[in-house]
Amino acid sequence: MSPDLNVLVLHVNGADLSVAAPPHWTLLEVLRYRLGLTGSKQGCDKGDCGACTVMLDGKARLSCITLAADAVGHEVTTIEGLVTKDGLDDLQKTFDECGALQCGFCQPGMILASRACLDRKPDATRDEIKEALASNLCRCTGYTKIFEAVERATRRGKAAGLGSRA
Amino acid sequence: MNPRTPKDAKAPPPAKAPADRNDPLQHVRSPNRIFGPEPPGERFEVIGKRLRKVDAAAKATGEAVYTDDIALPGMLHGKTLRSPYAHARIRKIDTSKAEALEGVHGVVTGAEMPTRFGVIPWTPDETALAVDKVRFIGDPVAAVAAVDEETALRALDLIEVEYELLPALLDPAEALRRKDVTIHEGNKHGNITKEVTLEFGDVEKAFAASDFLVEDDYEFHGTAHAPIETHVAVARYGSDDVLTLWSATQIPHYVHRALAAVLGIPAPRIRVIQPNLGGAFGGKSDPFSLEFCACKLAMKTRRPVKFLYTREEEFYAHRGRHPMRMHFKSGLTRDGKLTGVQSEILIDGGAYSSFGLVTTYYSGQLLTGPHTMPNYKFHSTRVFTNKPPCGPKRGHGSVQPRFALEIQLDRLAVLAGIDPIEVRRRNFQGSNTTTVNGQRITSNGFDQCLDQVEAASRWKTRRGKLGRGRGLGCAGSMYISGTNYCVYPNDMPQAGVQIKVDRSGLVTVFSGASDIGQGSNSVVAYIVAEELGMSVDDVRVVAADSDLCPVDLGAYSSRITFMVGNAAIHAARKIRDQVKEAVARAWGIEPQRVALAGGYVFDLDDRAKSLPTAQAFALTEARYETLGSTGSYNTPNLGGDYRGGTIGASPAYSFTACVAEVAVDEETGEIQVPHVWTSHDCGRALNPILVEGQIEGSAYMGFGEVFLEDHDVNRMGLHARPNLLDYTIPTSLDCPEFHASIVESLDPEGPYGAKEAGEGPLHPTIPAIANAIFDACGIWLTKLPFTPAKVLAALAAARANPPPRPSPNGKAH
Repeated sequence: MSPDLNVLVLHVNGADLSVAAPPHWTLLEVLRYRLGLTGSKQGCDKGDCGACTVMLDGKARLSCITLAADAVGHEVTTIEGLVTKDGLDDLQKTFDECGALQCGFCQPGMILASRACLDRKPDATRDEIKEALASNLCRCTGYTKIFEAVERATRRGKAAGLGSRA
Repeated sequence: MNPRTPKDAKAPPPAKAPADRNDPLQHVRSPNRIFGPEPPGERFEVIGKRLRKVDAAAKATGEAVYTDDIALPGMLHGKTLRSPYAHARIRKIDTSKAEALEGVHGVVTGAEMPTRFGVIPWTPDETALAVDKVRFIGDPVAAVAAVDEETALRALDLIEVEYELLPALLDPAEALRRKDVTIHEGNKHGNITKEVTLEFGDVEKAFAASDFLVEDDYEFHGTAHAPIETHVAVARYGSDDVLTLWSATQIPHYVHRALAAVLGIPAPRIRVIQPNLGGAFGGKSDPFSLEFCACKLAMKTRRPVKFLYTREEEFYAHRGRHPMRMHFKSGLTRDGKLTGVQSEILIDGGAYSSFGLVTTYYSGQLLTGPHTMPNYKFHSTRVFTNKPPCGPKRGHGSVQPRFALEIQLDRLAVLAGIDPIEVRRRNFQGSNTTTVNGQRITSNGFDQCLDQVEAASRWKTRRGKLGRGRGLGCAGSMYISGTNYCVYPNDMPQAGVQIKVDRSGLVTVFSGASDIGQGSNSVVAYIVAEELGMSVDDVRVVAADSDLCPVDLGAYSSRITFMVGNAAIHAARKIRDQVKEAVARAWGIEPQRVALAGGYVFDLDDRAKSLPTAQAFALTEARYETLGSTGSYNTPNLGGDYRGGTIGASPAYSFTACVAEVAVDEETGEIQVPHVWTSHDCGRALNPILVEGQIEGSAYMGFGEVFLEDHDVNRMGLHARPNLLDYTIPTSLDCPEFHASIVESLDPEGPYGAKEAGEGPLHPTIPAIANAIFDACGIWLTKLPFTPAKVLAALAAARANPPPRPSPNGKAH
């Protein structure tokens, strides 16, 4: 009935976690159904919507089309991992402040894609932000307030004299 | 007014019982009291501020629990077997092999749930699973619950279904014509699901008295809601014989009723909970197959069962925007006054009725503002076809005819040589008036909406001066803030709220309303905080749980802010009055001198005398009783005195004006939309950030329908693009710059003067773009979506046959 399970050691949000999962499971399945990290969402299960976006070694990656086994040896960051003992990530705050959240379902992926963008380019322009978020569909906002939220985070980053949450 | 009785076999819902003026408790009981637009205290402290949403932090951190995030011990996974044929009779279903598969715990077929249901109780034509026939590719036939998804999918393959194929009707005109094929046997009118003819005034006379007439065909295609969260439901049947359903629905109350009817168990044994919801837009406002199947299988297996639709299933469940073929004729006088409008509309309903009865009325009834329309006639016919069923999508029923009407208005303006914004000004109906079809208009800020988009787009200096291929276009619209047509007839309130006050100072509001992302929980919290002079942080909202919350009818028809908002004021003001009374007695002053603001209760004449609100609550509880209250809202009697006159009759209407800028590439037929300016009259903006979000989101959705989205089937009835790669919703790179602005006309009956904001702003986006294309390159595109091929064909046709110039004293078509 159930296929044999693989035991994987994944590095998720700063911790090594070992999980047993069928070999064909995606990273999204392991995150949601084995590790209880349900912040990563499933919207299409085929890489079209971006709701499952996580960061793999700091780069935005679609976890629904990434095999869990392929994430072994890489640093996985989910939306839950952006919250540290110092509080929320800047982007989590600016999305809240700017009203960039309506239903909220695309937001974990959207925020992680934005984080990856700003980590790479802390002073990203609006066009660069648009480019970075092109794989993340939002059906509620028309993106306007999302762009504003990311821009606000770039300004804050500048004011703080650093590029990211480093 | 000269309304003709529509061909309607069903009895209209009974009129609401009039309020008893001799009732001594009328002031307590009456659910349609009016609070007025003024603040409860000296000034607004919460309302109108750019505040955060109450659930935003939970959503930004991934803490917010959506239905698919629920995992219960021993939970099984459900999967649905769907019809591979567009139209077929089911001869036999054999599930024995599937049941024998290891890991399968239960199988269910339509025979076990034969009771018909429909969100509109006059047209119950759906079953949880097909009983005798299937009516579209994707129609649910059987369902399985197994230990995991893979096993459930393998079990589906083992279910044997014998079909007898029937001719599939995929075109609405053919479905109307064919008498030999009936999609719903027993339907009195063949394949017609609803037909409405209403005439107000005399359009023929109006056309005879017109200086300019236009007459044209328009086509609106099908589009889908495509929320990022698909349908999902989890059911548990407990040892206490209580059935609990968690579902991604925007109508938990109607689902509750439908479950009781279909499953044959008493309603008090059912609990329906709507967790956080990942977008809906009207697509989750019917009861759906998975909700019944999850419950039935949970009852059969005594284990929790989850169904999560795939993206493909989401497209088949559909209930998206109805395709409409529309013939419109309109007349204008030389001085720019609209004389009359006549429409003939064929509506493609898909396989089931869903909200179709209402859609058919809305396709005519919601067009009589903001432009004065002295004579009006519409004839709308909705037919069944063997395609995924259509239903309500944002701007239900009226986005399509609005597209036609606003283009006609621009064509008339061109013929009369009047600026398109000016022609709308000249026809502005104003506030406190009644439309030709008997709808009561209260507040109306459409003229200010026109002013705002005219100024923001720099219309006067830029229109006609942008150069070849670039243009500006304008359109207007109106929409309802809820309707007094309740889906099932009853005299009870449409919205309810309950408040509980804790000794800690926390106020909990139990709201029946479904927060589907629009922010209804936040709005309820803002209102209660405003009324009780507290911080929003000290108000918690519990919503959409049938065990805990009073009934609200659901998130549809843009009703929640208006109706639940009024209910929340009602409930909170009872507590407020009680607190003022108790504190006044303690201080030996008149209650009018007691105010609640900023977390304190204080004496208006001696502001040093104050109590923290929590202490004032304690004082009140000590004097009277445990503190709590209920509040409710019901619509007044509204609507024209004719059959169907209550459908589309709303306690208040919102208004929108839009200007779009386009750039047409006449070589490739591609059209860019750099800017869309939308100004929306939502009455008082309870939180401007949320209102702007609704305006921008609406304009975005309309933009996608113009160019990118197309929900259609191939010649076999198979969905042409049931995924988000082919069904292209706009990405961050596709979108125009959306410029939202707000007009606050302060409605006399809305909560603090508020009206709707969620659906109205979508309407004018589409015709504004069409009108801008004419301004850019002189072609009228009338068939959506506007693909490059259509643009090139229209440009070629225009070059071959330049449009005739209107003769100065003649009529041009």
